[in-house]
Amino acid sequence: MENLIAGLEMLARWDVMLALLVGSIGGVIIGAIPGVGPAVAIAILLPATFALDPIVGLTMLLGIYGSSMYGGAIPAVLINTPGTAVNALTSYDGYPMTQAGEAHRAVSLAYSASFWGGIFGILCLILLSPVLALIAPMFGSREIFLAALLGIILVILAHRGQIMAAGMLAMFGIFLQTVGLDAVTYTQRYTFGYSFLSSGVNLIVVVLGLFALSQAFFLLTAADTSPDARPVTGRMGTGIRELLRHKRVATVASGFGVILGMIPGTGEFTAQFMSYTYAQKTSKTPEAFGKGSPEGLIASEAANNAVPAAAMIPLLALGIPGEALTAMMLSVFYVHNVIPGPALFQNNIDLVYGLYFALIALNVIVMVFLLFSTNLLTRIIRVPTRFLGVMILLLSFVGVYSLRNSLTDCMIAAGFGVLGLILKRLNLPIVPIILGMVLGGIMEVKLRSALPRLKTPLDMIDRPIAAVLFGLIVLVLVLHLRTLIREWRTHEPDKDHDMHDSQMR
Amino acid sequence: MSRVKTLQVLFRRYRRPGDIVFAWGMLVLSVILLAQLADQTAWRNGGKLFAQPRFWPAVSLGGMTVFAAFHLLGSALSERIEGRWQEVGLWLASLEYAGWFILYAIAVPFAGYLPATVLFAIALALRTGYRRARTLVIAGLCAVVIVVLFKTLLRVNLPAGLIYEHLPTGLRQIMLTYF
Repeated sequence: MENLIAGLEMLARWDVMLALLVGSIGGVIIGAIPGVGPAVAIAILLPATFALDPIVGLTMLLGIYGSSMYGGAIPAVLINTPGTAVNALTSYDGYPMTQAGEAHRAVSLAYSASFWGGIFGILCLILLSPVLALIAPMFGSREIFLAALLGIILVILAHRGQIMAAGMLAMFGIFLQTVGLDAVTYTQRYTFGYSFLSSGVNLIVVVLGLFALSQAFFLLTAADTSPDARPVTGRMGTGIRELLRHKRVATVASGFGVILGMIPGTGEFTAQFMSYTYAQKTSKTPEAFGKGSPEGLIASEAANNAVPAAAMIPLLALGIPGEALTAMMLSVFYVHNVIPGPALFQNNIDLVYGLYFALIALNVIVMVFLLFSTNLLTRIIRVPTRFLGVMILLLSFVGVYSLRNSLTDCMIAAGFGVLGLILKRLNLPIVPIILGMVLGGIMEVKLRSALPRLKTPLDMIDRPIAAVLFGLIVLVLVLHLRTLIREWRTHEPDKDHDMHDSQMR
Repeated sequence: MSRVKTLQVLFRRYRRPGDIVFAWGMLVLSVILLAQLADQTAWRNGGKLFAQPRFWPAVSLGGMTVFAAFHLLGSALSERIEGRWQEVGLWLASLEYAGWFILYAIAVPFAGYLPATVLFAIALALRTGYRRARTLVIAGLCAVVIVVLFKTLLRVNLPAGLIYEHLPTGLRQIMLTYF
C-alpha cells in the first residue's frame, strides 16, 4: 500500500504532470498526422529526455506511446489513411461508416474502444504486478538469455511471408551490437582500425536513422500530398453508450491485446488481426465486417490500445523489450541507471507504480482532450507531406547531434536513414534490426554470465523457468514447421499483405 | 513442375520492384563481412566457445548470410516486377537529402543553431518545390519554434555558433547561451 502512495507521490509534481500532458496530447497529434508516428517522435525526443529526471522523461515518452493510437484512428476513419500503422484495421470499418455519413459515430466509437482497451490493459498490469514481483526474481542469467532468444525467434516468425528478410535484418542487428571493443576481453571487433567504431554503433543513432531520417527521406522523395479530412459534427459521447452494447467484443479484444502485448515480437498487429477475426466469427452480422461494422471497429481499436500497458510487462520485469518503442524506452532507463529487470520490482517498485498511474492518467487526459478537439485535429493533419519531411529532417538533427555533438554520428544516422528508406520502399520490416541490436546485446551478456555455472549444455535448462522457456522455443519452432508443411501440402499459403508495423511510423 | 511451383509459392512474398537488387546487396555485404571474421575478431586460447569475442559476430554474420541467401532465392523465384532500376534511382536520389542533412550538421557549429536551422528550413522548402511566400515564412517560423523549444527551453546539448563571437557583447552572451 505504501508503495502505491509512493507511486502516486511521484506523479504529484508539476514537472511530471506537465511531461504527461505534453506527451499525451503531443502523442495524439503525432499519431493523427499520417507520416509521423510515435517511433519518429520518440526517437527524436529520446536524447532530449536524458537531461530530465527518469520519471519525467519516461512519462513523456510513455504519453506519446500510449496516446498515438487514439490519434491514429482519426485519419483512419475520416480519410482511409491510418495515422499509425496499427490503425490499419480501423480504416476497414471506420471509413465505410464515414462514407455512410456516420463519421462522428465511428470516431467516437474508436475513442471509446481505445479507452476501454487502454484501461483494461493497465488493470491487467496492476493485477499481474504481485505475480510479476514473485516470478521476476526467479529469472537468472540463463532464463533472461532464453527469453531474449525466444523474443528474437518470435520477431522473425511474426513477419509471415517475409521470414527470410526479417531473419536477415535481425541478424544484421545482432551483428551491429557486436561492433566495437569487446567489454570482457578488450579486443576489437569489426572496427577496421577506425577509432570511432571502437565505442560501437550507438543504438539511438541507428534508431534515429532508421525511423526518423528514413521517414524524412521517404516523404521528401515521394510526391507531395495533403490529406484532406472533413470536420466531424455530432456529439462525441454517443460512442460510449454504443460501446457498452458490445462489451464482450471490447473485453475479448483487449484481452488479446494484453496477451499478445506481453509476448515479445507479436504486439498490436497480431492482436488486432486475432480480435478482428474473433469478432467477425462470433458476430450476428459477420457480413457487415469491412463495410462499416461497429464491432469490427471496436475489436481493432480495443486490441491495439491494450498493448502499450502489456508491453511494459516484459520490459519492466525482465528488461526485455517486445518491440521498437519499448526498445527505445529501455535506453532511457539505462541512461538514468535504472536497470529494468527482476531487481526493479524489489528496489524501485514505487517507480513501477508511478508509471502505472501515469498510464491511467494519460488515458483520461487523452479521452477528455479528444472529446473536445477532434475538429482541431482534422485541420492539423492537412500538413503537406514534403513540408513534414523537411521538419522531420530538422528535428532528427537535434536528436542525433545532441547525443555527443558528433558529425560522425550524423553521417552514420544518414546512412541508416537511406537503409530505412530502402526498407520502407520495399515493404520490408525495420523493427527486427532494432530488436536484434537490443536483444542481441542482452543475449551476449547473459550467456557469458551464465557460463561459469554450467558444466554441461543441459544445465542451461535444468531450472523450471528455463525449461519452460526452452519448451516454448521448441514449441514455437515446431508449430511454425507444421504450418509450413501444411501450406506445402495444400499449396495455399496465406495471402501476402501490404501491412507491416514498421512501415508508417 | 508442381514441386518447383510449390517452392515458388513458399517463398513468395509481397514484393516491390528493386527487391532483388537489395537482396543481392545484402548477400554481398554479409559475405564480405563474414570473410573478415578471422581478421576483425580475436580468439582467446583456452576460453569457452560461447565466451569467445568471435562467437556472436560469427553467429550473427553466419545467420545473416544464410537468411540473405534464402531471401535472394525467394526474390529470384518470384515473378519479376517492372521498374527495378527506376526504384534504385529513387534510393540514390535520397542520398541528396542525406547530403543536405550532413551539410546542415557541418553548418551548425559555424553559423549557429538558429541561423543554420532557419536557413536550411527555407532552403529545403524551396528545394522540395514550395514557392509561395507564405509557406516559406511558415517554414522559417517552424525552424524558430524548434530552436526555442530545444535549445532555449529544454537546453539540449548543442554547440554555440562561431559566428556569434562577432556579435556585440550583450547580444553575444544571449545568443551563445540560448540560440
